[in-house]
This record gives sequence, structure tokens and C-alpha cells, in this order.
Amino acid sequence: MITMKGMSPIVKKVSQLISAIIFLYGIYIIVHGHLTPGGGFAGGAVLSGAFIFLVLAFGTDVLNLRREEEEASVIEGLAILIFVLMATIGLFIGIRVFFNNYLPKGQIGELISAGVIPLYNIAVGIEVGAALFTIFLALVIYKEEISK
Amino acid sequence: MNHIVPFYIVLPLAAAFLISILGRFIKGFSKVTAGFIFFTLLCLSFFYIFSGDHSTIVYNIGGWEPVNNIPIGIYLILDPFSGFMLCIINTMAFLSALYAVSYISLYTGENYFYTLLCIMVAGLNGVVVTGDLFNLYVFLEITVIASYALVAFGTEKEELEASFKYQVLGGIATTLILFSIGMIYWYTKTLNIPDIAGILNKSPDEKIVQFCQLMLIAGFGLKAAIMPFHGWLPDAHSSAPSSISAMLSGVVIKAAGLYVIFRLFFNMFQLTYEISILITAIGTLSMVVGVFLAIGQWDLKRLLAYHSISQMGYVIIGVGMGMMILANNGNKAFASLAIMGGLFHLINHAVFKGLLFLNAGAIEYRLGTRDLNKMGGLFEKMPVTSATSLTASMAISGIPPFNGFFSKLVIIIAAVLAKYYILAALAVFVSIITLASFMKFQRYAFFNRKSIKKAVNEVKDVPFLMKFSMIVLAVLCLALSLILIPGIRDTILQPAVDVLMGKNDYYINLLNM
Repeated sequence: MITMKGMSPIVKKVSQLISAIIFLYGIYIIVHGHLTPGGGFAGGAVLSGAFIFLVLAFGTDVLNLRREEEEASVIEGLAILIFVLMATIGLFIGIRVFFNNYLPKGQIGELISAGVIPLYNIAVGIEVGAALFTIFLALVIYKEEISK
Repeated sequence: MNHIVPFYIVLPLAAAFLISILGRFIKGFSKVTAGFIFFTLLCLSFFYIFSGDHSTIVYNIGGWEPVNNIPIGIYLILDPFSGFMLCIINTMAFLSALYAVSYISLYTGENYFYTLLCIMVAGLNGVVVTGDLFNLYVFLEITVIASYALVAFGTEKEELEASFKYQVLGGIATTLILFSIGMIYWYTKTLNIPDIAGILNKSPDEKIVQFCQLMLIAGFGLKAAIMPFHGWLPDAHSSAPSSISAMLSGVVIKAAGLYVIFRLFFNMFQLTYEISILITAIGTLSMVVGVFLAIGQWDLKRLLAYHSISQMGYVIIGVGMGMMILANNGNKAFASLAIMGGLFHLINHAVFKGLLFLNAGAIEYRLGTRDLNKMGGLFEKMPVTSATSLTASMAISGIPPFNGFFSKLVIIIAAVLAKYYILAALAVFVSIITLASFMKFQRYAFFNRKSIKKAVNEVKDVPFLMKFSMIVLAVLCLALSLILIPGIRDTILQPAVDVLMGKNDYYINLLNM
């Protein structure tokens, strides 16, 4: 139950601490997408989880909901544009094919390897995180408007 | 030439998200960008059709070449049938985006509108261009999710209810489709459509393949709103903003429903007589029942929506007859004629039904009602709307020299030649009832001077861009009759028919890349 004021100081402090760990874990899943199970989508969902956790603990009064939603949705659009741009760059480099993997592949199993795929994963991660957070905020805004 | 293929998907997708970002800060950005992008796509589609080169273009995404002739990775396949559909999609998208420039003032949130429209067009282009079964499913979902949101765009009670109904039935459809794609993948171990065609070619007709075929007919039949699966269409098409109704009725049910059915059953599965009878039977059912449901409607857009079901029946019996003749090893020339009639009616229906929905939108824009009883005498007040809707009404009810007459004629001639006399008689009969219901529309909306209401006296015709879209479509209603002239037919229609007829070419083209 989200109240305007949020929960008790203990919950707020703990959720602040834990949300940082959740956020880091999301980043870990995203950047290791080409090596381990998971990837952009799963990591993005975890990222948005960190934000949603904070909103649940702190209530809606500390946030300017509409501005937050707008920012999240701009970030979401930008991430998709970056993804499309990276895919289109493949048309101009190397064997000139759409979605061409034009960066050096590196050593299998290293963190920095697999060419463009980690970059795609990062873009997808940002996009999914921002999108899920936008959906959550939209629902919260709807509820606030209904209760008024 | 090869490299234009991914742009059909990338351009509208990029435009959608550019609009959603920059549209917040720059006024009018969404309208200009959407119009410009759709015009570019229109040029690209016509460029392929009129380049004179009707070879199939196979594009390997990511440059993954086949290994030992087994395709890995996703292929985009652009052949004349896809090109034909691309022309319809992008022409209608361009005209409804132009129309919406003024029309969207009835609603709030024009950025969202153009973003969703661009995403829908990206999905439609993807469905038409892709050569991969799962990729097709993904693009189908992109299209229908955008259209769920667009149907609910007015956010009134009625619109939300229609959108919910559409979502539930669409969800059932996608479940059936995904399940049968899974079965096909399990059976053939591949998702590439030409590759599946090759494998199904070698193996005898199995029960599991028939099961998949039935589920695909049900799934894509729900998307195409063929008769037993039509429940969502009248609500969804009448509640959407009119420019979107024109897209939904003119393009989405064709590209996301009928195109896929034709493509899969001609080019992927082996044609069997039972399946072709089934397809023709549901086509006939929707043709006949749709028109009887339509004639009693007093809500203008519901009337048009029921006619969409009925006219889709014409397209299906045209192509279905072709299937039956081919499956029976009958005369190839008759089959070709029947399929050509079906595809010709498909493009004609996109044009005149799109135009009729835009007319309905124009009346709604000025009068604020869709009830035929509250209109009357609009002939003098809105001359352009009246003239264009008269054109479209005559085209849909099959009066010469408009395009609807010629496509129905081709279908009826093919039915008579192939000795399906009952189908020919039903086609004529349905055409007469269509004429009756459009006379009702014309009389109550435009010519009924007795019941001129006060509100009608003050209306004037709609803004220029709305008129422009309607006039272009009305001219197309007349101009498309010319497609039957041999030279033009060989450029546009015949190559598309040949793709469907030449089943094995689809497979062979891939091997000979």
C-alpha cells in the first residue's frame, strides 16, 4: 500500500541500502549478458525493481511523479534510438549488413568480447528498466488521480 | 537495391521514438516527421514494384550465411507479393497520417498518436517482409499491441470496452499462433519459412501438420476477422479514431491476417483440398453473413466495419478458389485468374474502405455523431465529402467503371469458368445487398433533405488536408480499374500472383542466393 508519506524511517533506510545492491546486481546481469544466463531484458527488469522499491518505501510525496515519468519515458525512447542506430551502423562498416557485428570479437569468456552484443544488451537493459518504471509510475499517477 | 529491405522496418521504428522524444519539445514535429517518413516508405515500396526487376531479394540480417544450405539467423525476404502489400500499407499510412493532421484535434496527445501509428506501420512492414516464422510472430505482436492502444485512444467507456474485447480475442489468437509455431518448430527443427517449406515438401502429409494448419487458420482468422472469429471487429473498428479505422480496416486485417494465411498456405504448407475447401467455406460464410449484419446497422462506422468482414470474404473466396483448383490439379489459368481477382479485390478494398472510414471521420469531425438518423442533407454542406463517399460507395457495391466492379467481375468470371456456380451466384447476390446498404448510407447521410437538423445547417466542409486525403483515395478508386490493362497488370498484379502460384520457387530462391 503506497501512502503519501511513505513508510517508517527504518524501512526507508534499509530500502536505500538494499536498492543500491539490487541496482548493482541489475548492472551485473546486463553486462554479463553475453556470458551468463540473463541479459538486457532480465537485468533491465531488476534495474526497474530497484527504483520501484524506493518509490514503495518513500511514498509518492518525495517524487514529482509527472516529471519522473516524463524523464523515464525520454530515456526509454533514447535507448531504443541508440539500439537502432547501432544496428544501422552495421550497414556502413565491414561486410555492410544490417545488424552486422562490426567490433572486434575478443577472447571467448572475457567480459569485453563478442563485439557489439554487450552494447546491445546495455541499450536493451536501459530500455526495459525505464519502460517498466514508466508503467509503474503511470499506474501510481492513475491511482493518485482516482483518489483525488 | 539489396539494402533497402531493412529500411522498411527501421525508418518507422526510429521515427516513432524520435517523435516520442523530440515531439515533447518541438511543436508540430510529430506531424511533419510522420508524414515525411511515410512518404519515404511509399517511394521505397513503389521503387521496388516499378524497378522492373521482379526477382526475390533475400537479405541475411547480421550477415549469417547458410551453413550446408541450412539457414541460420533471420532472413528478410522481399518478393513481388510482399512488395504489393508494402505499397498498400505505406500508401494508406501516408494518407491517414495526412488526414490525421487536422482530425487529431478531436483528441489529446497527438505525439502518442503518431508514435503508435509509426510503431504499427513498422510492425506491418515487418510482418510482410520477414521470412522467419518467429520473427513474423514478433512483428505481429508489435502491430496488434499498437492497435490495441490506438483503438482505446479516445479513453471513453465505449472505446476501452472495445479495446479490451480486442485484447482478449487477440490474446487467444496469438496463443494459438505461438503454439502452432512451436509445434512446427518441433516437427521441422527450423523456423525459416522457405526451409520449413522444403522439409514439408519431402515429408508426407502428417496429422501434426494438419493440426498446425487448423490452429493457424483459427489464429490468423481471428486477426483477419473472418466470420466465426469476427466478434471483436465491429466494436474495435468503430471505436478507433477514423484515420486509424481506415488503417485497421484497410491494412491491418489484410497484412496481419490474410497476407500471412495466403503466404503460409501457398508457400509453406502443401496445398490440400480439405484445407482449401475450409478456407473457401469460411470466406463464403463471412461474405454472406457479414453483409446481412451490416445492412441493419444505424451507426455509420459499425455499418462499414461489418462490410469489411463481408468484403474480406470476397478476397478469400477469390484466393480460396485458386487454392481448390490448384489442389485438384485443375486448369492453372483459371487458378491464376481467381487468385488475381482476390488480390485485386484486396487492394481495391484497402482503397475504398479506407476512403469510406475517412468520410465517416469527416462527418464525425463536423457533426460529432456517427448515427445515421441524426444526419441528413449533407450533400450541399460538405460537397467534397459527399462526392468522395459517393465514389467509394459505388466502388464497394460494384458499379462500373469503379475498381470494385472489375475485381468482383474477375472473381465471378473465375468462379464460372471453374464451374463453382454457387459461389458466383452468391458473389452477385452479396454485391446487390451491399449496394442496398450503401444506398441507405447515401440517402440518410447526404440526400435526406426532409430531416435536416439544426446542427446540420451550420456545418462546412473539412480542412484542406482531410479533403486532400479523401480526394487522392477517390481518384485511386477510379484509377485502380486500370490495373487490369495488360501492361500494368504484368507490373503490379501478375508477379504477386506468380509468387503464390509458383509454390516451390519460394524455396528454390533461398537456395540459389
